[in-house]
Amino acid sequence: MEKTVNQKAWFLVLPVLALVAFSAVIPLMTVVNYSVQDTFGNNVFFWAGLEWFSNMLESDRMWAALGRQMVFSGIILAIEVPLGIFVALNMPKKGFWASVCLVLMALPLLIPWNVVGTIWQIFGRVDIGLLGHTLDRLGIDYNYTQDFFAAWATVIVMDVWHWTSLVALLAYAGLQSIPDAYYQAAKIDQASRWKVFRYIELPKMQGVLMIAILLRFMDSFMIYTEPFVVTGGGPGNSTTFLSIDLVKMALGQFDLGPAAAFSIMYFLVILLISWVFYTVMTNLDKREGK
Amino acid sequence: MADAILNQPASRGLSLPGIKTSAVVMTLYLVFLLLPIYWLVNMSLKTNTEILNVFSLWPRDITFANYATILTDSSWYMGYINSLIYVVLNTVISISVALPAAYAFSRYSFLGDKHLFFWLLTNRMAPPAVFALPFFQFYSSVGLFDTHIAVALAHCLFNVPLAVWILEGFMRGVPKEIDETAYIDGYSFGRFFIRIFTPLIASGIGVAAFFCFMFSWVELLLSRTLTSVNAKPIAATMTRTVSASGLDWGVLAAAGVLTIVPGALVIYFVRNYIAKGFALGRV
Repeated sequence: MEKTVNQKAWFLVLPVLALVAFSAVIPLMTVVNYSVQDTFGNNVFFWAGLEWFSNMLESDRMWAALGRQMVFSGIILAIEVPLGIFVALNMPKKGFWASVCLVLMALPLLIPWNVVGTIWQIFGRVDIGLLGHTLDRLGIDYNYTQDFFAAWATVIVMDVWHWTSLVALLAYAGLQSIPDAYYQAAKIDQASRWKVFRYIELPKMQGVLMIAILLRFMDSFMIYTEPFVVTGGGPGNSTTFLSIDLVKMALGQFDLGPAAAFSIMYFLVILLISWVFYTVMTNLDKREGK
Repeated sequence: MADAILNQPASRGLSLPGIKTSAVVMTLYLVFLLLPIYWLVNMSLKTNTEILNVFSLWPRDITFANYATILTDSSWYMGYINSLIYVVLNTVISISVALPAAYAFSRYSFLGDKHLFFWLLTNRMAPPAVFALPFFQFYSSVGLFDTHIAVALAHCLFNVPLAVWILEGFMRGVPKEIDETAYIDGYSFGRFFIRIFTPLIASGIGVAAFFCFMFSWVELLLSRTLTSVNAKPIAATMTRTVSASGLDWGVLAAAGVLTIVPGALVIYFVRNYIAKGFALGRV
């Protein structure tokens, strides 16, 4: 759609600008402020330059948290994206069962994140949880509060349970937009199921899948509540992801300088990914516009 | 003739076994999704003695005592009321400021519009953990700590951009000729917007409101950081029970089930928009 140039449109945007500036820019300024200052208490601050940044860049703790975070996000994407596509391909196309599937699949997406944690905390317990109890009966030694592997497995399965439906619903929306004529053409050409997927469905889903991947990456990159409730970042630090580490540093230990430097670097990564996301979105919009 | 062929459902290579496999796959996936939720509901209907002593797949003697505890104890049910207050406040604020902005983004181009739109997105993507400490200090210093409005404003950080993006997605679908015709007919902007435009994008407003409600409802980190007693949300009430010794599993499970209810109630009405809402109105 052609848009008219109208500078007065700024007045319509002004409330949003004021509100978001109030709730984003002012707090961010505080963070920037802390990141370049040091204090010995009593609200006396002095200039520390980029010291906190270089400290953080040399800190093993941050790199370890970043490493765990990348491994976590990587595993999540590797499982959720193929599984989501697979589920979407198997969903009913229309009618009563399509609605049933949509409603039931959306259910985990709408559960408060701490309740997601609570559900899995209970579900995985050996004494009262179905999963933990069953594994225990099968003779598998499973204890997510003590065992490194069990903790990771629980956090990953929980995230797969929580968010795979999002990928599936997006992929499903992409599939729905493919005209029947494409499938008929493929049938006339006697294309195999795999070829239909590879040359018709996958290219048509490309746009929505990019969005799904970016959304999943972003949200898993900032995950806090669910692993915090289930494992509390443990055993040891084995499930302490970036956000958990940051909150520990900022609100637990009140190390304002390092936490602020950490925040800013964290935010820069997010900014970069947001930019990729935006580019994908606008390209998608343009393509649909044609 | 041609129509009849086109209207035939598209069959995919493996039509005969295909139907069966897909039903099996979907059943397995849905069981995987529903089993943990079932377990929570199951536990919420048991007594603590049964939970801890007997391992049963369904409640032997169903009790609603856990729900009764929550609905009669003010320290529990106030959590729900507090959550509802700030969530509703946040939804109203977000939608009312987002409506004109989304209209501007969908209809006009103006200096810096693309940058502004991108900047809004970065706020939706911002990790709440980064904002927890500055919010805490900011709202404490202006005396809003532990109030509903503080949480509502804090959640605007991600809900306003979300609402703007979703509404813009819907508004682009409305032909611009409608606006132009209305202006020629002598409608003022305000009257046009309320009388003609708003009814046209009613479903968009519904979807945006639903997602603002949902994202504010599921968030824990900011709402917990910004409250202590008077505005303590249900999510925080629940985590504090977890950390206390001598857990009351039944009540915890019942509280969890009650937090799922608002989403489950309206989910049917937004079922076709869930993907659209999560993808910020683009899909």
